[in-house]
Amino acid sequence: MALIEFTDKGLCCPQGKFYIDPWKPVDKALITHAHSDHARWGSKSYLCHTYSKPILQLRLGDNPYQTVEWNENISINGVKVSFHPAGHVIGSSQIRVEYNGEVWVVSGDYKVVDDGISGQFEPVPCNTFITESTFGLPIYKWKLPEQINKDIQNWILKNQEEGRTSVIIAYSLGKAQRVLKAIAEVTQNIFVHGAIYNIHATLMQAGWNLPAVKRVTNETKKEELAGSVVVAPPSADGSSWMKRFTPYSVGVCSGWMQVRGNARRRNVDAGFAMSDHADWAGLLQAVKATGADKVFVTHGFQAQFSRFLNENGIEAAEVKTEYGNDEEEGPTALTAAEE
Amino acid sequence: MNKNIDDIENLIQLEHLRDSAPPTNGGGLGLFANLVKVLGSSTKTNDKLEALVNYFALADNKDKVWVIALFSGRKPKRAVNTTQLITWCIEVTDLPGWLFGESYHTVGDLAETIALLLPETISSEQQHESKPLYFYIEKFKQIEKQDESVKRKFIIESWEQMDQNERFVFNKLITGAFRIGVSQKMMVNALAKFTSLEASVIAHRISGNWDPSTTTFGELLNENPAITDYSKPYPFYLAYALDEEPANLGDPDNWQVEWKWDGIRGQVIKRNNQLFVWSRGEELMTEKFPEYSCLKDLLPDGTVLDGEIIPSIDKKPLPFALLQTRIGRKNVTKKNLQETPITFFAYDLLEYNYEDWRNKPLSERRKQLEAIIRPLTTPTIILSPVISFSDWNELAELRQTSRENGAEGFMIKRKSSLYQVGRKTGDWWKWKIDPLVIDCVMIYAEKGSGRRSNLYTAYTFAVKDGEKLIPFTRAYSGLTDKEFAEVDSFVKRNSLEKFGPVRTVKPELVFEIAFEGIAASNRHKSGVALRFPRINRWRKDKKPDEINTLEDLKKMLEVYGTKPQS
Ligand SMILES: [Zn+2]
Ligand SMILES: [Zn+2]
Repeated sequence: MALIEFTDKGLCCPQGKFYIDPWKPVDKALITHAHSDHARWGSKSYLCHTYSKPILQLRLGDNPYQTVEWNENISINGVKVSFHPAGHVIGSSQIRVEYNGEVWVVSGDYKVVDDGISGQFEPVPCNTFITESTFGLPIYKWKLPEQINKDIQNWILKNQEEGRTSVIIAYSLGKAQRVLKAIAEVTQNIFVHGAIYNIHATLMQAGWNLPAVKRVTNETKKEELAGSVVVAPPSADGSSWMKRFTPYSVGVCSGWMQVRGNARRRNVDAGFAMSDHADWAGLLQAVKATGADKVFVTHGFQAQFSRFLNENGIEAAEVKTEYGNDEEEGPTALTAAEE
Repeated sequence: MNKNIDDIENLIQLEHLRDSAPPTNGGGLGLFANLVKVLGSSTKTNDKLEALVNYFALADNKDKVWVIALFSGRKPKRAVNTTQLITWCIEVTDLPGWLFGESYHTVGDLAETIALLLPETISSEQQHESKPLYFYIEKFKQIEKQDESVKRKFIIESWEQMDQNERFVFNKLITGAFRIGVSQKMMVNALAKFTSLEASVIAHRISGNWDPSTTTFGELLNENPAITDYSKPYPFYLAYALDEEPANLGDPDNWQVEWKWDGIRGQVIKRNNQLFVWSRGEELMTEKFPEYSCLKDLLPDGTVLDGEIIPSIDKKPLPFALLQTRIGRKNVTKKNLQETPITFFAYDLLEYNYEDWRNKPLSERRKQLEAIIRPLTTPTIILSPVISFSDWNELAELRQTSRENGAEGFMIKRKSSLYQVGRKTGDWWKWKIDPLVIDCVMIYAEKGSGRRSNLYTAYTFAVKDGEKLIPFTRAYSGLTDKEFAEVDSFVKRNSLEKFGPVRTVKPELVFEIAFEGIAASNRHKSGVALRFPRINRWRKDKKPDEINTLEDLKKMLEVYGTKPQS
């Protein structure tokens, strides 16, 4: 019996009788982070990081939630479990599982650079590492967060000069919070879509210090919107909801914007290759830092990334999961797979 | 600012010190790379125009000539081939070949893949010097015949001195044409700011046969050109689709109506006792159609005709598929000439007696056109007939007979219209017949190329034949991005088998395919070939067992099809 098995309900630890990020209802679910492809509805009880709880409550409703801090050791049916920062979004954690001296780490989603809000990714030594591979090709190389922020700020300033509203498309959990910090450095006139507002309000209530924003409603006046910055989720892009901002420019924050064709295909004015996932170098760095002698590769370019690891002396295999297709954002092309 | 690029430490420090102003990169390839980036990403015509005007204001004269040439489809000398380029990229990046392949498959563009993979030596934010565009193009010519090692050294050293955007355009220069969203009209409008020449004259100057390596910017836009290029065509005037009732066009007497032919738009030029045939894609096609050589003796010198290149027998057009078999051929056989004789259906006169007639009204041009063509007895050139009709209802009825007449609807042209440049609204309309449609089910899917390289967007469709599904066409367009994404996710969840890049998909999604024509074909399993198939709509309301049958297709073939002669 392996410490963690891949079942049709998700990643299962039979010894501890719990699942990690299951995609079907189970008795006990350990949740790496609150994105809806990792945190699903219907389980009897949930264990997550303290920061994830308010968002889970918002998204999944009232359930029995147990919370832990990073690096806090707990025991579940004799299996030692601890959470460690994954740097993906607020509260996102890698989950370390230990039994009889054998250690597995489930990465969930992660990035290795510090975005100043999601915590600094912590390499956790282990025997077996289960990694994501959303951007597991060497064409994906991110600029430093400060540089992307500067690019976004320059774009906003240029739009203001030209009298256009800047509409920024970003995921409601993760990139929206990151991008708001950058926006607040150039303007106070910030509006957000309802979906982002809900998360924003929840996080503020939980004590997070985020920039002040206004919610776009049907009462919002055109004069207020002029020259403002609006943050909206991908589902809003191209919808009639956007019309009220005319004249506006659309900028999409997504790792997929790394490839010119993707920005063109979505018919956006600007694409910012900003991601909450590790780029190619980040994935390699993370895998090597764990010292794992066996790596399982999940959602993304798993075939390519695992082949590369195998050819470079790290035993790896791909695993099919149901992560990476998030229903909340709908099937909005490439970007839907990024959560 | 000059920098020693060997000193990486120093570079990194400089990068940190740089101020937040956007980079200017002081002209050259950097300026061009910036232009390509804006043109490729902006969605607003005005932004593109502004970027072009800025570019022409700042760039070196020699570079400008090359940009005009590149953007109108001319290519620099091909110094290295793509295999070499890939090999050197793999050497520099130290990646396995298969991973390069996977990356290319995902990006969909070779130049961009290489630009993304190469290790960064200079970041895009960094101020750095870049050499002029013409430097690289001249260099390509120099090294073309030299040893591979010389080429390798030049390419790799060039990469090292470039940021990612510059590498992209540099690789593009090597690998082929720039296909970006710049219409000729836009380029003409941008250039018009720098000269007193009229837009139509500029458009004329930059089309046709000229060599960017010997032509100067001054010559190109000189008010009195010294050299005469006899082959030079005029830019085509294009019609807009009529999207309202023709009755709104007012008095029928003000309009000239012709059939809209389904061939290749072309210009026949007779000047200096030479004949030139141009396609609308600005391709010189004189040699492709030996039939036309007789026109050299028949047309008066200094004549330019606008019309349709189309195979026909007894003034009746043959299906487009036959024209395609002619174009694809290197050598035209006697049999070809007999079976698919190419005709020129003339419908406009642009130049007469070496005089530009574009600013005369259509009625006057038509009169003179008839005077030129009528006396000719060759079957190679005919007048595209003017349809007589007394009211718009009558015309609507006649339109129903388009397919029988080998046409795809009508061209409606204002009799007083001048021959303008590009697509202009108001005077010329195309009133096309509704496409043929058929309901079918998707059975195979393949990833798209270029901008859709990550999604399954190329589909094969089938109709049913009893219990069997018979594939009959492929289509790549017609869905919104959202729908493509939805189908893509269906494909990923419902693949039955994988054959290389093709996935067999559960036959479940029903689509309505629209097409312009149908012809018998023995190269297709279904026995038919469609013209211009595209997805008309996704029939979410229909089940796979409600799709059309092979029988239905064959009926359409009987009614609308034109069988190739055997
Ligand atoms: Zn994920
Ligand atoms: Zn996620």
